Amino acid sequence: MRDFRKQKKRMTLTILAIAWGTISIMLLLAFGEGLRLQMSKNQRGLGEGIVILWGGQTSIPFEGLGRGRQIRFMEDDVSYMQKRMPELRHVAGEYSRWGVNLRYKDKIFGQNVVGVYPCYEDIRTHYPQAGGRFINDLDMQQKRRVIFLGDKLKTKLFGDEDAVGKQVLMNSIPFTVIGVMEEKMQMSMYSGPDKEKASIPATTFSAIFGDQYFNLIIYQPKEFDNMKGIEKRLFEIMGAKHKFDPEDKQAISVWDVAANEKEFNNIMIGLQMFLGIVGGMSLLIAGVGVANIMYVSIKERTREIGIKMAIGAKRKYILGQFLVEAFSITGVGGFFGMSLSYILTETFKRIPIQSDVLSFMGRPTVSLEIGLIVIFVLGVIGFLSGIFPAMKASSVNPVESLRYE
Amino acid sequence: MNKDNEVEVQIMIDMISVRKQYMTGNVQFEALKGIDLKIGKNEFISIMGPSGSGKSTLMNIMGCLDVPTQGEYNLEGISVRTLSSNQLAEIRNQKVGFVFQSFNLLPYATAYENVEIPLLFAGVKARPRKERVVRLLSQVGLADKMANRPTEMSGGEMQRVAIARALANKPNLILADEPTGNLDSKSGGEIILLFRRLWEEGHTIVIITHDQNIANQTHKTIRLKDGMIDNGNGHPQK
Repeated sequence: MRDFRKQKKRMTLTILAIAWGTISIMLLLAFGEGLRLQMSKNQRGLGEGIVILWGGQTSIPFEGLGRGRQIRFMEDDVSYMQKRMPELRHVAGEYSRWGVNLRYKDKIFGQNVVGVYPCYEDIRTHYPQAGGRFINDLDMQQKRRVIFLGDKLKTKLFGDEDAVGKQVLMNSIPFTVIGVMEEKMQMSMYSGPDKEKASIPATTFSAIFGDQYFNLIIYQPKEFDNMKGIEKRLFEIMGAKHKFDPEDKQAISVWDVAANEKEFNNIMIGLQMFLGIVGGMSLLIAGVGVANIMYVSIKERTREIGIKMAIGAKRKYILGQFLVEAFSITGVGGFFGMSLSYILTETFKRIPIQSDVLSFMGRPTVSLEIGLIVIFVLGVIGFLSGIFPAMKASSVNPVESLRYE
Repeated sequence: MNKDNEVEVQIMIDMISVRKQYMTGNVQFEALKGIDLKIGKNEFISIMGPSGSGKSTLMNIMGCLDVPTQGEYNLEGISVRTLSSNQLAEIRNQKVGFVFQSFNLLPYATAYENVEIPLLFAGVKARPRKERVVRLLSQVGLADKMANRPTEMSGGEMQRVAIARALANKPNLILADEPTGNLDSKSGGEIILLFRRLWEEGHTIVIITHDQNIANQTHKTIRLKDGMIDNGNGHPQK
């Protein structure tokens, strides 16, 4: 190790290159990780592991019934599914109507109003802001005229005013605001973002508007590992009820949000691998720098190698010595790089910035896995940049290297 | 058989028709052209000869830094030809001490560290290692210069460090390649005295030299010429 004293400047530069490479791979991975975390959080804005069903049209004749028959969901479909599919945690229907007038004082807006079930709080992430609540079972039973507002809709109607407890008029019928949705990032949606919707109990909805058909049904299974099997079973059960062929994929149109999530996750993993490779490339270049300095140092120390061999150094000792040197350079550079990356990302996390970009991209996050990956890559690069020069060093002829000037 | 063994033990260096060829580019160069040589234990031998006569090659083979292209070489009864590079390294570490004209100390290491290195290779534990280094440096009169680097020492001092290093693992054979070549006559004389003392202590010493005065102080002088022992001046031991 003391051999390093000889070449301080070159050593410092090489360590700097390794540190730089480490920072680049680390920050790129951290950026990818932050993006992945934020995106999957945003993905879950719609709900986690949910499947959304819309009634379709039959495309296969079944038991004497022709094709092109409309399948539509009603309230009893929900209880029917609940009874026959114990693998589901939640089943809920949703009524929907566009252009419903919502009025508070002198402000009137034509909005999308949906009639929903209490489980929407969980499965569709309609979490209320502090001081409010979501629709509950009692609201459903008593068909209460209560309304839960999306956060953007609330601002449109009430501005900065507190909305909970106030009355809005929905098509001239007074409704009490029971809660406002907590702000959330929502990447996927159907019929508009949740922040612009107003939700009322499904029972109240059908009583007021007289709708008998749901716009859609949402279910969430207890386990997410057999989504396809559950979907198959759904077609069998609903096929029996609505009289369509269980193989008729057009009878019900299905949006498996979880499958999207999975696909999305794969894309993110691909992206992270790409970022890792890009970062790894710059580290590799630094590794070439290490190999280079090792070769130069071996050339300069040919005589020293000869002396050591003359006084009894075995080849493996020479090999080990230069390997250790290469590892030390990458180790020191890697340590600085990793520390600096960690400090950078942690500092960035603590700076309070509110921006749409950040809420979309997330903040670079260093995880244990990233640390381990970087250490592994550093190890490989240290080894590769050391082994070839070290092999060269250990294979020199002691007589010739003693003669080397 | 017993008697044979006894004879074997008395012989330090036994060379039979040793030849050494080098390839320089496409040209073959024969540095040693059949050397027959026996050196007994506790002999003090000098090797003389013009440059290019093969002195250093002979010494490198004696010290197992190099192996003969042809012929047999036995060092303390061990046939060197068949040994692996690791085994040769071990012999160099344990049985041979080298002293070079240009000292060949590690420039960035202190006197102490330079002497310590062969002990490190031998795997000597920290405490006995320290004791040994201190004793060796005192023995060559450098107890007060242990922390000095070669650049902070005179030529004579450097050579004494090199001798201390050569003695580290108590080798029987000390090989010195023109050890006084880079020294003034006073330091050179001191070094030769040191070798004499080592010889008195029982070491076998082989010195390459150009200096007839030094050769005169040894038991025997082997003269090399064109890669062969020059029988006209000195007689190889048969």
